[in-house]
Amino acid sequence: MPARKYLRPERLPTYWCPGCGDGLVVKELAGAFGDLGMDASNTVLVSGIGCAARAPGYFLLESVHGLHGRAVPIAEGIKTARPELNVVIFSGDGDLLGIGCNHLVHASRRDTDLTVVLIDNQIYGMTGGQKSPTTALGVKTLTSPDGNTDRPVDCQALVKAHGSFYARATTFHLPLLGKALRAALTHRGFAVVDVRSQCPVNFGKRLGFKNAYEMLMHFKKAYRPVAGEVDRLGPGEIGITR
Amino acid sequence: MKKHFKVSIDRKLCKGCSLCAGFCPKGNLKFVDGELAFDGECTGCMLCVRYCPDMGITVEEVKP
Repeated sequence: MPARKYLRPERLPTYWCPGCGDGLVVKELAGAFGDLGMDASNTVLVSGIGCAARAPGYFLLESVHGLHGRAVPIAEGIKTARPELNVVIFSGDGDLLGIGCNHLVHASRRDTDLTVVLIDNQIYGMTGGQKSPTTALGVKTLTSPDGNTDRPVDCQALVKAHGSFYARATTFHLPLLGKALRAALTHRGFAVVDVRSQCPVNFGKRLGFKNAYEMLMHFKKAYRPVAGEVDRLGPGEIGITR
Repeated sequence: MKKHFKVSIDRKLCKGCSLCAGFCPKGNLKFVDGELAFDGECTGCMLCVRYCPDMGITVEEVKP
């Protein structure tokens, strides 16, 4: 188990469905904490509502499980009152780019020193598979049976508009995810790590993927890692922006 | 000298998602009667450990 001292193994098994990507990101984040030698008594995790927002419960750290979409203002409040703390947000696409999207934009504008781990599975998985703000065009979900007609939110454009840190990875590219998390945690200012993750039960099955492994193999084909730091990532690119 | 590894599956943690079975380059992890089972020679690549979302697999080196 990676960096066991940051986790609470007694709370396992996790609440998530078989094959969910949230567990993989929890492991990578704990590993990144370990690699950076972060002080557990000086680190706070904040989340909103959703599957990914359950993650702080598996960390042996102080945490706040807040209201839907309000992880960012809670974290900003903690950081303002206690600037010496490392404040990390762990939440999903519906939470951070749907109901809480304005908070994300304004925290980015203020360049508050926070690290946001955004689990983007492109679906509202907890409630049964309704389309989310990041569902791609034409994709079939429970609430878009003929294909989604709305364009997805461009998270990179929102945070890069204010010059904040942005990195994108997938749950297939775990070494890159670890690198992106370490870079975001050491960045002074607002940092977002956008993790493309899989929801095999409420999203993948409807798209014809038999299991989580097939979804990860799809990420392998659909996303291309870019070397070094770039100004902007293209639609199928993953990596770290400057 | 060739290294030997012991693969342990924690039944309480395994949810049967089959990610490890997909990633094992030797095809050593398979489902037998709906339960994950290890059979074969492990090369110690640790892909199953890395890709298990539930921290249900441990691989240890064993001295012969």
